[in-house]
Amino acid sequence: MGVFAMTPGMGVMWLISVTLMYLAIHKKYEPLLLLPIGFGILIANLPLTNLMDPGEGLIWRFYHYGIEWEIIPPVIFLGLGALTDFGPLLSQPRLIFLGAAAQAGVYITFFVATSVGFTLEEAATIGIIGGADGPTTIFLAAKLAPHLLGACAVAAYSYMALVPIIQPPIMRLLTTENERKIKMKKGRKISTREKVLFPVVATVVIILLVPASAPLISMFMLGNLFRESKVVERLTDTAQSSLMNIVTIFLGISIGATMSAENFLRQEVIFIFILGLVAFMIGTATGVILAKFMNLFTSDKINPLIGGAGVSAVPMAARVVQKMGMEADKKNHLLMFAMGPNIAGVIGTVIAAGIFLTLLG
Amino acid sequence: MAQEVLAALAGNVWKVSVEVGDTVEEDDELFVVEALKMEIPVYSPCDGSVAEIRVKKGDKVEEDDVMAVID
Repeated sequence: MGVFAMTPGMGVMWLISVTLMYLAIHKKYEPLLLLPIGFGILIANLPLTNLMDPGEGLIWRFYHYGIEWEIIPPVIFLGLGALTDFGPLLSQPRLIFLGAAAQAGVYITFFVATSVGFTLEEAATIGIIGGADGPTTIFLAAKLAPHLLGACAVAAYSYMALVPIIQPPIMRLLTTENERKIKMKKGRKISTREKVLFPVVATVVIILLVPASAPLISMFMLGNLFRESKVVERLTDTAQSSLMNIVTIFLGISIGATMSAENFLRQEVIFIFILGLVAFMIGTATGVILAKFMNLFTSDKINPLIGGAGVSAVPMAARVVQKMGMEADKKNHLLMFAMGPNIAGVIGTVIAAGIFLTLLG
Repeated sequence: MAQEVLAALAGNVWKVSVEVGDTVEEDDELFVVEALKMEIPVYSPCDGSVAEIRVKKGDKVEEDDVMAVID
């Protein structure tokens, strides 16, 4: 009987599982992911099930063919591409820099993590949490540090859910009331032709520069091309809804199931959560600071709040910016401006992951 | 003098809070627009009365569309 094979560690994992499911159901924290992850943790910590036995377990097969074979994260990126409007970024290309600045959190944390004893591969995986991008974190973890995958994925998705709590104090601290009131000038209108050409050109440029980012970038841009071409609405719809929902189920349960007690209940996991949070906070701060720096050289002022949207939690970080802008001035609408750095942040995190893969993979 | 109320960003009209003929003050809520699952209020640019409402609940608006006219 399984009951006699229970260990105390499994009991602790049950608690974690129940907590995640509670947060998902009751608090609606990223329920689409935390609910299947929470359940996956529970079943991975039931004794004698062989669900995660290599070569035979059911969930192991989901994990192996879905994540280790790198199928699910790129398929999710196909859907994200189909959901993404590059318009706000194209109308103000200078906002790309804010998305790049936020990646500083990734690199600074990488160095901090190596200095506290993580291997380079582990440190890269932990740093990428600072991009607050779930699929990218999973993609990189599966390649560089599979034993940390569960912890890093849960950290990334938790911080995404906590964006509205983590970011505002940092952004408030770094900006003055007057800066938050800055109303930005609208960028130019983007033609349909530009929007169709962008994913094709961006694919070529980014993959020529960082070939290791190809799986995520190519699928993302294909999804975007579906969307902007407007001739394959059925494919756009499928990519952004049904297909994405299907793979999300297998992603969530597989990640949860990697979190067995012996894998998860280790000292390093606490460090991962702390370092991941630090990465995320630094990323928020560097985005805001760069926006302020850019304002020194331009008459067309940027509201520095939108620098906080350079972390890639889409669209949560942009919503935070909109909310804070309106708090300063009821008629200040920053949402669409914030989507620029927000989308640039997604691409930036993928490129950061590609660079890590090239150097360490 | 008539003043137009423009949509600050693209989205769907979630709520129309006033009717034609209503007296409004500057910063009164006229509409709520939904964009990226956020409810964003649109406030009156001036004191006056609502002369015209050009959108209804559920309509899609683009940036700078005229939503209403205040006299």
